Amino acid sequence: MTKEKFKKAIDVIGLPRLIVFCFFIAIIITAYVNGINVPSFFSSTIKYWGMWCVLVLAMIPTIKCGIGPNFGISLGIVCGILGTLLAIEFEITALVDGMVPGLGPWVAMLFAMVISAAVAWLVGIGYGKLLNLVKGSEMTVTTYIGYSVIYLMCIVWFRAPFSSGEIIWNLGGKGVRNSVSMESSFGNLLNDAFGFYIGGESGIYIPTGLILFCLLMCLVVHLYFKSKTGLAIAASGSNPTFARASGINVDKMRVKGIAMSTMLGAVGIVVYNQGFGFLQAYGAPLQMGFLCVASVLIGGATTTKATILHVIIGTFLYQGLIIFTPPVSNELLAGTDISDTMRQIIQNGVILYALAKAKGGSSHE
Amino acid sequence: METNYVLKMDNISKRYGESRVLKDVQLHVAAGEIHALMGENGAGKSTLMNVLFGMPVIHSTGGFEGTIEFAGERVDISSPQKAMELGIGMVHQEFMLIPGFTVVENIKLGREITTPTIASSVFGASLEKLDRSAMAADARKALDTIGLGIGEDQLVRGMPVGYMQFIEIAREIDKTGMKLLIFDEPTAVLTESEADRLLETMQLIASKGIAIIFITHRIDEVIRVSDSMTVLRDGSFVSRLTTKESTAAQIAELMIGRKVEKLVDDVGEDTRSIQDDDIMLRLTDFHVDMPGERVRGVDLTLRRGEILGIGGLAGQGKVGISNGILGLYPSRGTVELDGEKIDTAKLGEALKKRIAFVSEDRRGVGLLLEESIQENIAFTSMQIQNRFLKNYGPVKLMDKAGIRAHAQEMIEKLDIRCTGPDQYVGRLSGGNQQKVCLARALTMNPALLIVSEPTRGIDIGAKKLVLELLGKMNREQGMTIIMISSELNELRSLCDRIAIVSDGKLTGIFAPDASDAEYGMAMSGMKKGGETQ
Repeated sequence: MTKEKFKKAIDVIGLPRLIVFCFFIAIIITAYVNGINVPSFFSSTIKYWGMWCVLVLAMIPTIKCGIGPNFGISLGIVCGILGTLLAIEFEITALVDGMVPGLGPWVAMLFAMVISAAVAWLVGIGYGKLLNLVKGSEMTVTTYIGYSVIYLMCIVWFRAPFSSGEIIWNLGGKGVRNSVSMESSFGNLLNDAFGFYIGGESGIYIPTGLILFCLLMCLVVHLYFKSKTGLAIAASGSNPTFARASGINVDKMRVKGIAMSTMLGAVGIVVYNQGFGFLQAYGAPLQMGFLCVASVLIGGATTTKATILHVIIGTFLYQGLIIFTPPVSNELLAGTDISDTMRQIIQNGVILYALAKAKGGSSHE
Repeated sequence: METNYVLKMDNISKRYGESRVLKDVQLHVAAGEIHALMGENGAGKSTLMNVLFGMPVIHSTGGFEGTIEFAGERVDISSPQKAMELGIGMVHQEFMLIPGFTVVENIKLGREITTPTIASSVFGASLEKLDRSAMAADARKALDTIGLGIGEDQLVRGMPVGYMQFIEIAREIDKTGMKLLIFDEPTAVLTESEADRLLETMQLIASKGIAIIFITHRIDEVIRVSDSMTVLRDGSFVSRLTTKESTAAQIAELMIGRKVEKLVDDVGEDTRSIQDDDIMLRLTDFHVDMPGERVRGVDLTLRRGEILGIGGLAGQGKVGISNGILGLYPSRGTVELDGEKIDTAKLGEALKKRIAFVSEDRRGVGLLLEESIQENIAFTSMQIQNRFLKNYGPVKLMDKAGIRAHAQEMIEKLDIRCTGPDQYVGRLSGGNQQKVCLARALTMNPALLIVSEPTRGIDIGAKKLVLELLGKMNREQGMTIIMISSELNELRSLCDRIAIVSDGKLTGIFAPDASDAEYGMAMSGMKKGGETQ
């Protein structure tokens, strides 16, 4: 009886989540025992949680509409990069600061988000229509789209006619440089807003603005899926024939779900870049899709079911692991670089686990 | 003189768990005769053939009772291989052919003629070379026997369905020592002329001394080619007849049989007045392209206030009609509601015109199994009629309190047994799931309710409740209802008129108290008087 109960509890929590959680706790304890500065790493975990949260949130609409985790989130990411670059190019921060001091970075960030979201919406619609043509192998196709769009954009970034000195190569000419500083635009804007320390300067830093923004985005997505359209999208995902029998155009709902995911990806990268302090174009976002997928899966989502809570928990666990593992492994195995290996094993292992568990085709049972 | 029976099956009984699907059935087939095995869906024809063929589904569920004698000897058929060794062959309803192989390869698959090679002398027989000319000669002989003039080296891919059927037959008769051949609904997928050819071929095969069991529900075909027949009903043996001494009406009556159980007790007083000229729904030359349930040109009118039943055997197209009206499968022809045309190509158009639909596929189409009862009930109405939405500032969101209150009301009204409106519908019993489907349809406040197989897979008590509920809605609220069901008895106990569909076409509209023979003949594709349509 107790054995059954134990098994049921594991089923509810999910085996990968349990393993990762135990591993995380073990790492923190080891870190503490070895005299590593736990509060400072905790601060980083919270910061990175905020930076990744919206990107991981972008997995929700595609999972809900029946496509599965969006490996092609890079499509949204490049839109976000474009929006941010435009905000820098037009020097919106300085422009608005000239009129109302202090408001500049906010307007610039908002500008970047709105522009990139709008572009992402359009791109997402095309992406969705493409995915409607390849029903049944969406995950493979999204993966390859994710890869190819990054490399396609490499050419664009290289030739793009920007003129801002912040963006172009130091030597001058055209094109975007490898990493563009966000300092003059809206770098660390959300991270610094209303931030405070728990336990003094050496304690845990709480980036209030960032956290509030993430929670706001979570709320928006949550409410969206309580609207008529949102419910129709979810029904199309969980039982397409049911949705059709209720007069819903399933293909259209899938397109909406994908467009929404791409938009969230665009906004997500803007949030990420402001926290990172630099904008990285070219190959930098290549692995981001996998990281987002792994995060939501660690949080307990499956390829057919995901909730906001999965996003919040999963991002925290994943980022916590990435941030705590290097110092601990350096302490224990001096001179090795086990942390990236660990990251790869966890990331790809979790995706593999979820795919292996996914029941092919419908989710009627 | 005693008849020389090649097959004698006696006292065959079979249970699947608690339900008894065969009760003391007997089947005797003489050598060289065509013996028809007849019965409605669920009469036990397939189970009996599975027993004869030693299918794993029989043996993995506890085997069967009774005896089988084949060619005068008591046999124990424990596997399909055993059946084949004895000389029993089967022509399947779904063709088991490999499209990328030629006709010869398909016919000789698994029984290839080979010659030794150097490699085979070392590595064994699996590396022997195919003797293609010998194989081709064999295949040619089999094809000639049934008079099929196609080249034996052609690929099967792209051939007409009729040819595939004949290749299947050629494969069976190519087997040496074939004594008994089973044809499972062989004419179902064929055109009329192909069907004619097939029947002739069957007679040809029988004349060579091979016994044939012909499974079908088409009475006219049976009368044309069979020598004798066995009729099954509800898993029981009804009768063994000699075809020459029987009439179509007699056979039909035996197949249907009057069932005495009363399905509906009381549906309230009948105060309706149904006018023949008050037409609510009119279908004209209606075709629906629903796989497995094709509708091939139906003209049908529905009077306001009546309950119209649509019956017929599975796969004949009765289910296609409702799915076509709702726009779930492509259709052509016209559908008019109150004189206004419904564009069936536009999904949701019928729903907007207040036609509600309860699907025959409850778990697949009818429900969101992982959602709560309340969301299932409110969903369609919310999507189509914008009900159960509440304004929160600039946005419209689901009105959870409203949905809950409505669901609670429906749960009481339809007596849905559950722990509350929050319970997942996946956890409910079949009958209660069906009530949730009905509740969702009723929430649409429909002018016309189409229910498809409302009692499929639910127990007898729940069945009665559902049927009485439909009756009450018709009597008390004047709701017009189309009820589609495979169970004639169910239709007869509730409907005002019953339309019978066979082969995608209407074969008759009857009063509920019309004779069994009339129903039986309509269901097997014959019009009154024994004429085929």
